[in-house]
Amino acid sequence: MMPPVNRRQFLQAGAAVTATAFGFRLEAASAAAKELKIARTNQVQSVCPYCAVGCGVVIHTSGERVKNARPTVVHIEGDPDSPINRGTLCSKGISLKEFVVNDRRLTKPRYRAAGAAEWSDISWDEAIQKIARRIKDTRDRDFQATDLQGRVVNRLDTVGLIGGCTDTNEINYLLGKFRFGLGIIPYENQARL
Amino acid sequence: MTNGWCDIANADVVLVMGGNPAENHPVGFRFVMEAKRKRKAKLICVDPRFNRTAAVSDSYVPLRSGTDIAFLGGLIHYAIANDLCHMDYVRAHTNAAFLLQEGFAFNEGHFSGWSDEKKSYDKSTWQYELDGAGYAKVDATLENPRCVFQQMKRHYARYTPEKVAEICGCTAEDFKKAAAVICSTGRAGKVGTILYALGWTHHSHSVQLIHTAAMVQLLLGNIGLPGGGVNAQRGHANIQGSTDMGSWNMLPGYLRLPRANWQSFDDYIKATTPKPLRPDSMNYWANTPKFAASLLKSYYGPAARPENGFGYGWLPKLGETENQSWGFIFDRMHRKEMHGFISFGMNPVANGPNTEKMLEALARLDWLVVVENFETETAAFWNARQLGEKFYPKYVDPKAIQTEVILLPAACFAEKDGSFVNSSRWLQWKRAAVPPPGLAKPDHEIMARIFLAVRALYEKEGGKGMESLMAMQWNYAQPLAPSLEEVAREVNGRDVATGAQVPGFAALQADGSTSCGNWIYSGSWTEAGNQMARRGQEDPTGLGLFPNYAWSWPANRRILYNRASNDANGKPWSESHAAIRWNGAKWTGDTPDYKADADPHTFGAFIMLPEGVAKFYTTELAEGPFPEHYEPMESPVKNALHPNASANPCAPVMSSSADAMGTPDKYPYVAITYRLTEHFHYWTKHVASGAELQSNFFVELPEALANEKGIKGGDLVRVSSARGTVEGPAMVTQRMRALTVGGKTVYHVGIPIHWGFVGRVRGPLVNNLTPSAFDPNSGTPEYKGFLVNVEKL
Repeated sequence: MMPPVNRRQFLQAGAAVTATAFGFRLEAASAAAKELKIARTNQVQSVCPYCAVGCGVVIHTSGERVKNARPTVVHIEGDPDSPINRGTLCSKGISLKEFVVNDRRLTKPRYRAAGAAEWSDISWDEAIQKIARRIKDTRDRDFQATDLQGRVVNRLDTVGLIGGCTDTNEINYLLGKFRFGLGIIPYENQARL
Repeated sequence: MTNGWCDIANADVVLVMGGNPAENHPVGFRFVMEAKRKRKAKLICVDPRFNRTAAVSDSYVPLRSGTDIAFLGGLIHYAIANDLCHMDYVRAHTNAAFLLQEGFAFNEGHFSGWSDEKKSYDKSTWQYELDGAGYAKVDATLENPRCVFQQMKRHYARYTPEKVAEICGCTAEDFKKAAAVICSTGRAGKVGTILYALGWTHHSHSVQLIHTAAMVQLLLGNIGLPGGGVNAQRGHANIQGSTDMGSWNMLPGYLRLPRANWQSFDDYIKATTPKPLRPDSMNYWANTPKFAASLLKSYYGPAARPENGFGYGWLPKLGETENQSWGFIFDRMHRKEMHGFISFGMNPVANGPNTEKMLEALARLDWLVVVENFETETAAFWNARQLGEKFYPKYVDPKAIQTEVILLPAACFAEKDGSFVNSSRWLQWKRAAVPPPGLAKPDHEIMARIFLAVRALYEKEGGKGMESLMAMQWNYAQPLAPSLEEVAREVNGRDVATGAQVPGFAALQADGSTSCGNWIYSGSWTEAGNQMARRGQEDPTGLGLFPNYAWSWPANRRILYNRASNDANGKPWSESHAAIRWNGAKWTGDTPDYKADADPHTFGAFIMLPEGVAKFYTTELAEGPFPEHYEPMESPVKNALHPNASANPCAPVMSSSADAMGTPDKYPYVAITYRLTEHFHYWTKHVASGAELQSNFFVELPEALANEKGIKGGDLVRVSSARGTVEGPAMVTQRMRALTVGGKTVYHVGIPIHWGFVGRVRGPLVNNLTPSAFDPNSGTPEYKGFLVNVEKL
């Protein structure tokens, strides 16, 4: 028995073979496929970022080989190899491209000074330095090496840290290292909301 | 989930309660439809609203929001009273036979040990009766009046179908019809699953609610079997992984965060490592020292040595009774006890209860950092009055808000590598497809830059707490932008001497010779490579386990507690629903939740629990060893079982100026919040198709209530609670029936989430209305079943 062939292997086989065991010539079909907008795309396996069904998605990108252009997402579809969604997606998942390629995406750091009524621009370096300064000043003021009973506690409870539910395990793990390095106690995610 | 999405197709009965997968997990719901189609499975839907899951159910029962424990307690009574329990399973795999001490009692809504003054329990009368060796005494006949089974039977004798109907607002007939179908799985050969979501967790008694569901499934013998289990349908792509990696009181892998009274590593191990309660209990958490030492090796590297307790002293310590869960953090912020706040991809102004309190709290910070894909309500909180107009009347002018805000543009899911854990506990690896837009950066790079910039300042200037800050290992090949593959390998764990990846958590050691960032993920990236990226399509058992697709924690096990799909002798309860099989030398099928080569008689089936068996009765929760029906913190009626202990006596109460609670004379209707298929949380109001498909906020009203008030579909209405208001057009439907509760007519008002004051489409935040009421065990806010009033505008 032949091993099962997934869709991509099937397409690759189709591209490589002209007259085959299929019993008919594939040039016409593959020529038509080349007209599709996803015919020349790169394909990357990913996972839908919305609910926790965990549907596999295939992200189609183009522009990798174009000078002076950034690659961009041109299409996102359900991954037919995923036993969870078998190529299907819900109404939100099917429009994921609009989430990624979206004119409302933030593209530069913003700053709102105390009492200001508007955002202003700030460079990355300045933003990082400002945040580091705020963390250090707050921590230097409020860090407790020991509690009132003299017990070692190494904690900071006036700076809070939240996040992670929309991000990967690896980033969550790093958030833990960030948190415990600084000694932060108030740390939460979406789990109880 | 104890089981997984694909596994739902193995069920004979599906109870959906406290969730609405047809609309909120539509792709996962395909497996419910597959069970209906292929196995003629029966779908029971219990919900205040006749939603789209109800529309395809075989039986729909309406119930009043917040009365689920009464309904499930009624199922316990119904199963016992009608002899529908799977008693062989109950005897083999639960603590039904365990004896309780003399003195355990329940009267007028309180268990023994209650202190009115402390608002908490002294649990000494809740304990098992122990023998001289420290093991719990048992009565295998289940006849001793002090055994768990008899106590349970007595406790739920009050939950008759008539009482369930009186509390929940359904009819006793509807309850009995549903109960007969659900309890039809209480025998070998028939299996039922329970699917739930935030409709169960958003209550001031949510953990006990899910405990009740587990009790029902244990009585019916449905835990550990394909097509069974208690299955949480989680609401965010990696909320499971985020939970697995820790929270305010947890280290990664559900190891507890140190408390100040555990000063040394030995104190910690002693306090957090359980002792077996039966001679045959494997008590897997006895391995806690291995997991904890390996985590500290991962954090502190060579500096973590046996002599210094592996650097345990550097970890921050909680106070003995301190609670820093969500509601308490924002309560402290509101009391000006917090100064700085950093949010990676969360939006507390939209997500948190009691929006106005959130806004006031953030306005009392010195500084706020928000790392996001889009501008959010949290980033723009200082502009809420301008953007949110009339909903925040007390809210001050931006010029008066002294909080400094830095908003950093982050990469989205398609622009980063890494793994997500779905509800089935499957870790799936994804790859970055494109770079982030403009100057946006991946979150881990932003985090690394901040962390290393803080360390650089300390190195230059010195300061407090330097030792613990510098001790944290951050030795990545590119420290400012660690590769997530490198991090994933660190999480899996390695042999410190050879640097080889460990094959799984069984290889971890307590002597510092191994490191591991999260023991339950150990095995996800072995010497054989990244197991999370596997794409194998094989399904050798035919049960939808797909053992070579992605990787499931723990140990690639697809069905938790699967040893219990066999009887005490290792014989499957039914040939069609055996997750694992004993072949005389080893267990085959799914990764066994048992020692792989241990004879079936070696240990109890529930290897993670000190009892060695599953628990109907537990001393771990705040408000009692058995779940009891308590009314929501705001309720239209008094508790029909014990009016003088109406709501959860242990639920925390907040007392800030923003924390008003309403009464039914002013706020007579029960409000529920819900999601719509076309939107994801507060994200897709930024996305054109979501914004087009569901552009407008609305308020769902029952037809009878609308008629009473002269409201027609499309009329503008105002909904108010003791906290705030929302306004929008009425959507009048027949989906939420008027319920009769204790002789009184009770109406629900349904309010979708998804809108806010920033987005491509805008609308009021539903959390303007919600109370600062929380579950005492989990800290989950009571977003369902609070009181409102409705007026026509």
